[in-house]
Amino acid sequence: MRILYFAWVRERIGAAEEEVEPPAEVDTVAALIGWLAARSDRHAAALSEPERLRAARDKDFVPLHTPIAGAREIAIFPPVTGG
Amino acid sequence: MIRVLVSPAPIDLADEMALAGQDGALATFTGMVRADDGVTELMLEHYPGATERALTVLAEEAVLRWSLSGVTIVHRVGPMRLGDRIVFVAASGAHRAEALDACAFLIDRLKTDAPFWKRERVGDHHRWVEPRASDDVSAEKWR
Repeated sequence: MRILYFAWVRERIGAAEEEVEPPAEVDTVAALIGWLAARSDRHAAALSEPERLRAARDKDFVPLHTPIAGAREIAIFPPVTGG
Repeated sequence: MIRVLVSPAPIDLADEMALAGQDGALATFTGMVRADDGVTELMLEHYPGATERALTVLAEEAVLRWSLSGVTIVHRVGPMRLGDRIVFVAASGAHRAEALDACAFLIDRLKTDAPFWKRERVGDHHRWVEPRASDDVSAEKWR
């Protein structure tokens, strides 16, 4: 599964994307965020406050309780500020 | 006709206005880089692929809700200077009420529904722009 990071999430982690294979019990975006946060101190610094994060599954915005089974790409990012 | 463009190129208003409407009414909104608290530069990051999809969904929703002959959403990305145009939206139709409402809908919902992030440069450092609660309120009234 491909994980994309944007804005300060990307900066804190130090990478724009990574390939991961989460275990089966990591079944939602929220669970994935918790699992990714344990990968390194940098991940923890970016992902430790899920209430500040938003997500997209295969390029569609989704709530954090959304299942990830079958997803090819999950993006994790702060609330958007365009316009 | 729907026109959606996400590009690092400067937005040419004359070109966009000419493309946007040949109908009775054309409503437009242009957003520009403000000099907030010593800001000297703005960087716009986005999510390629997802951005264009989100903007197209918005444009299609506007066409379903109002009687329009054209919808334009052009958003610049990358580094920008003070006064540069960040975004241009336009709605054209036979009458002003629909064009004006659709234009307001497009910019209000773009603010919350499209994956863009602003980073401001102030002096030697930069900071990510925080979302405003008022933007959520403005977007919510169209749901």
